[in-house]
Amino acid sequence: MSGANARERLLGAVRKSLGVTGDDAARTAAVAERLKARAPNLIPAMAKVSGAKAIKLFTEKLKGQGASVSRITKPDEIPEQLAAYLRDNNLPAEFRTGSDALLAEIPWDTAASLTRHTGAGHGGDAVTLSRAETAAAETGTLFLTSGPENPTTLNFLPDTHIVVIRAEDIHGSYEDAWNVLRKTHEKQGFPRTINLVSGPSRTADIEQIIVMGAHGPRRLHVIIAG
Amino acid sequence: MKPTSHAFKSNAKEALGNEPLRRALGGIKRGFVANRARARANLPEFEDLRDEAKAVKEHTLAHLDLYLEAYEKKVVETGGHVHWASSADDARAAILKICRDAGAKTVTKGKSMVGEEIAINEHLEQAGITPVETDLGEYLIQLRHEPPSHIIAPAIHLTKDQVEADFRKTHTELSPERVLEEPEQLVSEARAILREKFLAADVGITGANLLIAETGTSVIVTNEGNGDLTQCLPRIHIVITSIEKVVPTLEDADTILRVLARSATGQEFSTYTTFTTGPKREGDLDGPDEYHVVLLDNGRSEMLGGEFHDMLRCIRCGACMNHCPVYGAVGGHAYGWVYPGPMGAVLTPTLIGVGEAGHLPNASTFCGRCESVCPMRIPLPKMMRHWREREYENGDTPALYKAGLKLWAFAAKRPALYHRLTGLVSPLLSRFGRKGRFASMPLAGGWTDHRDLPAPQGKTFQQRWRERETRR
Repeated sequence: MSGANARERLLGAVRKSLGVTGDDAARTAAVAERLKARAPNLIPAMAKVSGAKAIKLFTEKLKGQGASVSRITKPDEIPEQLAAYLRDNNLPAEFRTGSDALLAEIPWDTAASLTRHTGAGHGGDAVTLSRAETAAAETGTLFLTSGPENPTTLNFLPDTHIVVIRAEDIHGSYEDAWNVLRKTHEKQGFPRTINLVSGPSRTADIEQIIVMGAHGPRRLHVIIAG
Repeated sequence: MKPTSHAFKSNAKEALGNEPLRRALGGIKRGFVANRARARANLPEFEDLRDEAKAVKEHTLAHLDLYLEAYEKKVVETGGHVHWASSADDARAAILKICRDAGAKTVTKGKSMVGEEIAINEHLEQAGITPVETDLGEYLIQLRHEPPSHIIAPAIHLTKDQVEADFRKTHTELSPERVLEEPEQLVSEARAILREKFLAADVGITGANLLIAETGTSVIVTNEGNGDLTQCLPRIHIVITSIEKVVPTLEDADTILRVLARSATGQEFSTYTTFTTGPKREGDLDGPDEYHVVLLDNGRSEMLGGEFHDMLRCIRCGACMNHCPVYGAVGGHAYGWVYPGPMGAVLTPTLIGVGEAGHLPNASTFCGRCESVCPMRIPLPKMMRHWREREYENGDTPALYKAGLKLWAFAAKRPALYHRLTGLVSPLLSRFGRKGRFASMPLAGGWTDHRDLPAPQGKTFQQRWRERETRR
């Protein structure tokens, strides 16, 4: 069956069961209104936080889900933080990252011992570095958006994933985070992939025992800047 | 797969005698059930969120045709393709065509219940294409050629010793001397083996937990990250999903996601929730060149507005089976097809017919726990009752059972007779029961084969009530 026929057949079956036609003005208006309004439903009280309270909740939730979190005052301190983290965890002093402006402008030469690769993720990457555009504190959730700045494969292929987020980008609820992304991406359109990441990869598929590092990173470290 | 739902009774009997299965199922209470209770207690608005999630789906289902059109429009705008599939056959054909056009040899797969429903793996294998399941649980059951026994924990029926044996049998390229005692070692081995498959695959197939009409986005929820590697590495990403998964906006998705993980594993949020909109964009260094969505109906449109309409709200969290005493005793395979537990007992007869799966709605004690934990407030016991009514109307009920019911109805409609009869029988039975129980009883073998039946303790409730009232 051709594409158009298959489509009409399926939609026709839906309309028949609902007892409606596709051109009912009231129904069409109700749908258009809802898609335009994008009204939030109930947001839990604990998610209605901002500023220092949001950062505190975000940190607690992430740690509870098996990630580690550190705080620095400005992005310039990232190389030093990163080098210390890699040293403390017996990891090689090299990593891969995208072309994110915040990460690119950092004075990397202050940490001469670090080797920086750029580009999309490789199967053999031990450590990658990304920046999250925003985050929702309610469940310690990073919002990582695709693009050459932060390729999606960096989030899943390495053993250790390190994510930088600016303190002012941490909000309370998922709804807050969507509003940020809608504003930032108004011109170029909604990002191809948005990864909501709330901890390191895990599985409980064998006897319900939680094991870290199923397919994605075994370790997630988040650096809050600011 | 060929269903064995018609054989539920013998399947269940076999399951009850399966020791490893009993051990494996024993973990559900400590795990999923306890974790859900904790997650619910930690979110004061949880009950209100269930109402809101239900309202989101009800609104969407009432306007389903229009939201599907809006969703399709956005997918096309962002460079993706939508394939409408009324039947499982249509869906299989669409997927095979995409794979063939791409010259695909291997296909990696994220976990998809719709993929199980249309048996896509068998179809691809017959066409000479190798499907590789990448969710650890799905990988384990693929090695054993078994269907999933749980919708979110497909290998919950297996013990780690069984997994070790399967790995030694399959991964023969590895040293036989290696140690595989702990789950960490087993997971590590599967990670290494599957990493190669991810990097080599031509096509990646995932399911979708939600579709968003506002943006033309598909959403997957995982803890392992396998779904993401499945979709961001190969040249082509196919989403196999069904029509009732669509919601209007990102805000509506938030509401459903707030109850999904909490109801499923008891996590507040799964590790990875991924929102995907179209293929690779200009400048992207990764992501697929092609993005296809196969939208399956397969009997769902017929459920709209009918007795089983509420079932279309199901978000496949598995809470109903985690809390079901029947599932907890017999496990998922006894149900004989893809969807087990209470949601399967309602859904399976609509998808594969009441002739094959008519027994499943009888696999219930009507205790109501499934409905009490369902995040979408689906009246599962009521719908199982609808199926039982249909079974009765179709004349599929055994004759002896029907005769018994008729006899009971005759007496129950005549209260004076009923009370006299029960007044006579009750003390009689109480005298025959040994230590207050019956080890066997005619016509009740289905019960007494496995446990004792308590004997009545003398007078009937009505008699005792009257005595109590006169004493006052």
